[in-house]
Amino acid sequence: MAHSSRRDAPEPPDFSLLKRLAKDQLIYLLEQLPGRKDLFIEADLMSPLDRIANVTALKQHEVDKLYKVEHKPIVSMCDQLCFLIRPRIQTVKWVADIVNADKAAGKFRRYKIIFSPRKFYVCETILEEQGVYGDVSTDEWDFYLLPLDDDIISLELPEFFRDTFLEGDQRWMTTAGSALHLLHSLYGPFSKAYGIGRSAKMTYALWRELVEEGEQRARKPDIGTVFLIDRDVDFVTPLCSQVVYEGLVDDIFRIKCGSAEFGPDVTSSDKSVKVMLNSQDKVFNEIRNEHFSNVFGFLSQKARNLQTAYDKRKGMDIKQMKTFVSEELKGLKQEHRLLSLHIGASESMMKKKTKQDFQELLKTEHSLLEGFEIRECIAYVEEHINRQVSMIDSLRLLCLLSLTENGLLPKDYRSLKAQYLQSYGIEHLLTFANLRQLGLLVEQQPGETLTVMESKVGKLVNDKTAGKLTDAFSSLAKKSNFRALSKRLALVPKSGEEYDLRIPRDMAYIFSGAYIPLSCRLIEQVLERDGWTGLEEVTRMLNGNEFAVTAGNSGSESRLKTDAQRIILVMFLGGCSYSEISALRFLGRERGFKFIVVTTAILNSARMLEAMLDSHV
Amino acid sequence: MIRSKPDEEEYWNSSKFSAFTFDDEDDEFSSLKESKRAVNSIRLLDDDDDEDEVEKVSWSGEPVGSISWSIKETASSTQSTIRDQGFPKIDTTPTLTKQGSGYSLSSLFKGRSKAGSYPSFSECLNEVSTRSFAPELRKPKSEYKDFVSDWTPEETVRRMRTGKAYSLETFRSLKDKLLLLDEAVCALDGNVITAVLIYLKKSLSKEIISRELMSREIALRHYIHYLKEVGEQKLLLDLLRSLGRTEDMALLQYREHLNIKDEVRRKDFLKSCVGLPFAPDDATHVQDHYTLLERQIIIEVNDKQVESKGQTDVFKKYPRKASILNMPIITTLYYSCFYHYGESEGTYSSPANIRQTFKISEKQYFLTALGARAKLKAWFDVDSLFTTKNWLGYTKKRSPIGFHRVVDILQKNNAPVQVLQEYLSLVEDTELRISLAQKHRCHDIIIDTYKDLKDRQQLIVYRGKVERGSPEDRKIEALLNNTQIRWKN
Repeated sequence: MAHSSRRDAPEPPDFSLLKRLAKDQLIYLLEQLPGRKDLFIEADLMSPLDRIANVTALKQHEVDKLYKVEHKPIVSMCDQLCFLIRPRIQTVKWVADIVNADKAAGKFRRYKIIFSPRKFYVCETILEEQGVYGDVSTDEWDFYLLPLDDDIISLELPEFFRDTFLEGDQRWMTTAGSALHLLHSLYGPFSKAYGIGRSAKMTYALWRELVEEGEQRARKPDIGTVFLIDRDVDFVTPLCSQVVYEGLVDDIFRIKCGSAEFGPDVTSSDKSVKVMLNSQDKVFNEIRNEHFSNVFGFLSQKARNLQTAYDKRKGMDIKQMKTFVSEELKGLKQEHRLLSLHIGASESMMKKKTKQDFQELLKTEHSLLEGFEIRECIAYVEEHINRQVSMIDSLRLLCLLSLTENGLLPKDYRSLKAQYLQSYGIEHLLTFANLRQLGLLVEQQPGETLTVMESKVGKLVNDKTAGKLTDAFSSLAKKSNFRALSKRLALVPKSGEEYDLRIPRDMAYIFSGAYIPLSCRLIEQVLERDGWTGLEEVTRMLNGNEFAVTAGNSGSESRLKTDAQRIILVMFLGGCSYSEISALRFLGRERGFKFIVVTTAILNSARMLEAMLDSHV
Repeated sequence: MIRSKPDEEEYWNSSKFSAFTFDDEDDEFSSLKESKRAVNSIRLLDDDDDEDEVEKVSWSGEPVGSISWSIKETASSTQSTIRDQGFPKIDTTPTLTKQGSGYSLSSLFKGRSKAGSYPSFSECLNEVSTRSFAPELRKPKSEYKDFVSDWTPEETVRRMRTGKAYSLETFRSLKDKLLLLDEAVCALDGNVITAVLIYLKKSLSKEIISRELMSREIALRHYIHYLKEVGEQKLLLDLLRSLGRTEDMALLQYREHLNIKDEVRRKDFLKSCVGLPFAPDDATHVQDHYTLLERQIIIEVNDKQVESKGQTDVFKKYPRKASILNMPIITTLYYSCFYHYGESEGTYSSPANIRQTFKISEKQYFLTALGARAKLKAWFDVDSLFTTKNWLGYTKKRSPIGFHRVVDILQKNNAPVQVLQEYLSLVEDTELRISLAQKHRCHDIIIDTYKDLKDRQQLIVYRGKVERGSPEDRKIEALLNNTQIRWKN
């Protein structure tokens, strides 16, 4: 069911180099602590580390035992301890406790902290405060680009989202800028940069700064264009239920670092298996971007083909059998295994979705996107809350309601919030405060107050004296304007037309034909127009911060559609969903582009909303 | 499992998707099931080596051998310190602060000697720059030279960002401190902004900090986040108070309860939160939170005792799986409907009391009570929940939630067919009623509905679906033979 391309999309460059670089640097860092050492690894660094090195590699560099950081006292006999951690206060405190406990026990050891992807000043002050500064050496492992697939590179920094958009902390901007710069150095030079959003702008500025400080080797670019986009430009898309195979697998099984764990219900055995889900998996590769409804037919066809292929061996003579075994059997067996795995996964997902009345849920989401029968939607959400069905799903629906309606009516807001707190716990007061701060779930302001507020905010925002941008106010005034945007960008296709999901005609297919993701639509429009011209109204509604820059030195030749120009790096600051990646792949096939997605993390509605909870402290 | 027709059609017409349903059992799903059977039944002559291969797939990268090979190569590489120009500024400042403070001279030399063993990335890149290492060597020297001199805010921030030695102690006047802060904000690097703020915190009174941050929103947010992260609760509360952000302050204080594990202390803490300057609605919620925990503690003590005595049936038959402490209001209501149904309104544990105290809506109450009583298979309670008498003394079934929902909940609690049928028959929409009846296999309802609709054709069709000679079959036959009925078709 591969789609026929309109034009040959160029091949993406080889990103395995990034893994190699990260690994080499890690090994170099380990060698800085010669001799036998125990290595403690932060839990969320384990999977990324797995993708670039293995135990053997670590052992070869005198790593004796491997431990997961668990914030508990340690048992280690080794006289050198190495900690591979994220720059988090809690973890650094834990290390300091270990050092101090050793000191108290009169034990002498050497300690080294390797921060990934960078260390923060705060972490060092913790070491200082705990009196272990100098006892612990620190270093940085600049591991911020992990290729998850041919066209997906992740920074594996889920905290980027909350830190940036909720807390307003810009600590990850440098990392984003450096990541972009590394890509620019290895696969650039980029000749065009587009972007929208505050972080996008900062990332761009920090990247340019690095470019100006360094020297760019003259090389033929693999990637010519970049597009930077902030997650807060489009909150609606990641909050929608995913119905494309890969996204659905992520929603249900939670793909972690490109790998999913399928339980016994999928494997039809008593074991769970961890499977890498990427283009190497031939079966997965063909269904990952398909609407779920197409997947059954495809898998059934595959199963029939497989049977036929196996059947060939009936009536073979010895010689033919030999050839069959040596040439075909291995491939067939591989396919067989993958096929039964994905059939099992589909079946299990189907069961789960049927159980939770998925159809009705989708219907509500689509109505919200269309702005149709809102009262019925509210009644549905209310009942969802009353029945204490999934806490996250209820929250998701509330946010979708608020985003699409530009906030809830005060009486709806009050009543839904009260019911939510009754059903899921009053401590979610804090969640609601966070969601309001972020603009995900807000109360409509009475008309007049808003205009006053807005003009005030407008003035403050325009007051561009050094660093005095008052963006907290802008988040107050941040209206999602979804309905107006949807109209202007034609995000919701006209009703009444039949939408054949087998032959998608636009990116809306990733949401059953109901909605073209705003983020991807913006990318499409800007690429088409070669800038933001004609989109002034749209950018105004998105709070501005858009830019389009062409490299100064490039002559008219670079305007030609070279292969590099058609390889477009899209960087999502704050994460993107698998559905968005599928939409971009579709767009790429249609327009002869190849999109490379760089994201701070893979996001879905659950991860996004869980990041807003305070109650897990 | 055929969904309700009107429901669905309306949906497909109003929006424009081809009709695919996730719970459509026929066609593709069943063919998928067949495929699964087929695939799983395929057996090979040699099935032995299947297991390990799954593992191998999980290693996306190169074969294991080549990885270790390449590591050895890197490790033994002695052609050190060739930097690639395409890599400016990414990790190529191994000299100073990576080793430590940057204040000590020895670290300068340490840094230098380490730079000498910087590994080569050259194999990874197509071209190797032949840039000499000499300028690198000169760098630390120059850094050393102007180490004691005063740097401008720009220079200081630049050095902080690139990990070079710097000193903040020279920024002593308020003006200088603020220039430094503004410069850090201009540089966009959150890490540096926080670093400067930490210095300001040490060297300025909190009143001055709060006054100056009021007009510096970006720096303020970094400061708040920093205080939150290091747990400087008191300082943060003072800051918010002086900024007039009382609501944030109240929420922050309330948040502390999450860190208190002991329920009595937690309750007392919540009580202390009640008077905080929350938004009006939130104040009510916090009051509720306190009341709730107070009641839960009472209920918990009591029920634990009752349970351990083992005299009460419901606790014996359904031992409590967890304590009720810190559960949401609705869960508490469910618990009370489960273990304390029928208690008088005067007791804290009675459903009526909880319903009233927390102003639980009628709809919500019904849903919860229904769920709890159905779980206990107390069908009589379910029945009386919906039964109302009118002034003439007639009884009537009434529900604030749709009867199709009632059916759904009953069915999820494995209600017997007779009970299901009773409520199915109350579903007003005939199409919905039929589709639900089909889903739950309540033949009588379907047959009766077709009879009421005088739909002979459908009845004939349906007869094909029931077992020959079964009671349903006989019932349909009797109806079809009944000459009294005036069929519409």
